[in-house]
Amino acid sequence: MHQDLVDAVKAHPRYQELICSRKCFAWNLTVLMLAMYYGFIMVIAFAPKLLGTPLSEGAVTTVGIPVGVVIIIAAFILTGIYVYKANGKFDDLTRTIREDLQ
Amino acid sequence: MKRYATWGVLFALLTPFMLAAAPALSGAVEQQALNLTAIYMFVAFVAGTLGITYWAAKRTRTASDFYTAGGGITGFQNGLAIAGDYMSAASFLGISGLVFSSGYDGLIYSIGFLVGWPIIMFLIAEQIRNLGKFTFADVSSYRFGQTQIRTMAAISSLVVVSFYLIAQMVGAGKLIQLLFGLDYWIAVVLVGILMMIYVIFGGMTATTWVQIIKAVLLLCGATFMAGSALYYFGFSPEEMFRQAVEAHPKAAAIMSPGSLVKDPINAISLGLALMFGTAGLPHILMRFFTVPDAKEARKSVFYATGFIGYFYILTFIIGFAAIVLLAQHPEFFKPAALAADGSVLKDQLVTGINGGTNMVAIRLAEAVGGNLFLGFISAVAFATILAVVSGLTLAGASAISHDLYANVIARGRSNETTEIRVSKYATFGLGLVAIGLGIVFEKQNVAFMVGLAFAIAASANFPVLIASIFWSKMTTRGALIGGFAGLISAVVLTVLSKAVWGDVFGNVGADGKPVGLIFLDNPAIISIPVSFVCIWFFSRFDYSERAKIDRAAYDAQRVRCETGIGAEGSSGH
Repeated sequence: MHQDLVDAVKAHPRYQELICSRKCFAWNLTVLMLAMYYGFIMVIAFAPKLLGTPLSEGAVTTVGIPVGVVIIIAAFILTGIYVYKANGKFDDLTRTIREDLQ
Repeated sequence: MKRYATWGVLFALLTPFMLAAAPALSGAVEQQALNLTAIYMFVAFVAGTLGITYWAAKRTRTASDFYTAGGGITGFQNGLAIAGDYMSAASFLGISGLVFSSGYDGLIYSIGFLVGWPIIMFLIAEQIRNLGKFTFADVSSYRFGQTQIRTMAAISSLVVVSFYLIAQMVGAGKLIQLLFGLDYWIAVVLVGILMMIYVIFGGMTATTWVQIIKAVLLLCGATFMAGSALYYFGFSPEEMFRQAVEAHPKAAAIMSPGSLVKDPINAISLGLALMFGTAGLPHILMRFFTVPDAKEARKSVFYATGFIGYFYILTFIIGFAAIVLLAQHPEFFKPAALAADGSVLKDQLVTGINGGTNMVAIRLAEAVGGNLFLGFISAVAFATILAVVSGLTLAGASAISHDLYANVIARGRSNETTEIRVSKYATFGLGLVAIGLGIVFEKQNVAFMVGLAFAIAASANFPVLIASIFWSKMTTRGALIGGFAGLISAVVLTVLSKAVWGDVFGNVGADGKPVGLIFLDNPAIISIPVSFVCIWFFSRFDYSERAKIDRAAYDAQRVRCETGIGAEGSSGH
């Protein structure tokens, strides 16, 4: 890639918007996922009994079962949220930059 | 016509392998009666996939066709293929077996394997697609000294692929021995030959379609199993858990975290290796180059996460249902596990099952779907191994031909024809090595190898990849030293751990049980930081001329990474 093209892209106002918003968004989601997973691991490591509490009086199903299933579903939903935003907003910004430079 | 003839000959060669196994039945202890239904279904799968390989071979002309199926795979197809790479026989049989023996602990493992995917999506999926061409080393060496970084990336790729491959081959041999009643060595040779055919003739196109077909078959089979099991419990999970707790020797303990995670440090270390290892596995990363652009790369992670998550929920149901349902089938257990009236003794439920807990999913298939469905699931398990080893071998061969040969030895001056030829020789060589090591390691304990592969991927590949994408001040020296530091520390710490020092080398403690020199089971909590610290330190204090070039090139890399401008040429479309 030529240096002048690189400079042109960097000078484009939408480019800064693209990298800032994508960076914030991606790292926020990353931190959310890491917090959920390591929160879960910490509970297993330090308070495993918590996950073994029955859901209600006399029930066999423990709190840990829905918690685990929710983490699995949350992982899927978070990727979905990212795809939705990236395929919409981020791709629009990228397209604008490309069209302006052509 | 010549190709047809070749297939015919190969097929004729393979058939007697299967039949020749019959006389050997009487000798082996664990070997099952020759399962004809399973073999017919497997032969149908092999015939179908060889047909696809023939079709793919006609379309595989350029290097891009060979390594990345010409970049013409859609996001949905790639999502299925990625899920297929991930749903190995080890995760299907291993995790359902783990749920059967320890209950909730199985779910902890599944979650660790799954949560790497959102991270891949947010941080590296589209970046990799925009920067790379055929292998992940294209990305990690993008602005650095090609010779050093590609050599390092190729070495760590080959180490990861080799350990993973040995574990799969040994698992394949044992599983096929159990399922089909074939001899161990025949199973290993058969897997090796079929894998070489798929990869050498069909390249990534055949490898991807074999993976997609298998993923669909496995998802359908597992859905049917979990569905029939839930039907038995009136679609009430509470009822299933209640009966499982009644039937299981550990009783209510199976409903909460148990012995899998010993202490906080080991829990976090395992979590790190599972999560970041996924983001450094060469055969998984390679799949991002098979889609045309960043948009499809994102979609593939979304679909893959959905399929993998769904699959793990199914294996969890399968494991719990098996606790109840298998207890009603004394014929699945060793005679010693049965009471005088022929019923299964409760305390023998886990230890007394024929073929071990890895067979739980297979036994449940027989219990809910009879012999025909047993055959189907057995054939799918075999197909799973074939598809996974093909992907691994292709990734290993690409590291040899694209990274080592084309970019290091020939210094970018080789032509495509030679490069493809080298990758085919490399595939053949890796196939022979896999067969050889598979046979050599038959009696060895290979359980540590998958964990080690994940640990190396997390400690050598992942830190270099992520730092090269996000840190502008990184230099060739930092990448090189950081990558090797991660690789070496992961290997050394694994050798000192209980799984190798105790279980493999036979060092025992005062109580006669195998021990390790260190208390860590998985090195990730040390080796990942070691790698990052080395990358930072040796880049920060790098005042060489090369370092100036590396840092100056970051802007151009960043622009291409963020916008995809300049990446169009990479897929050849």
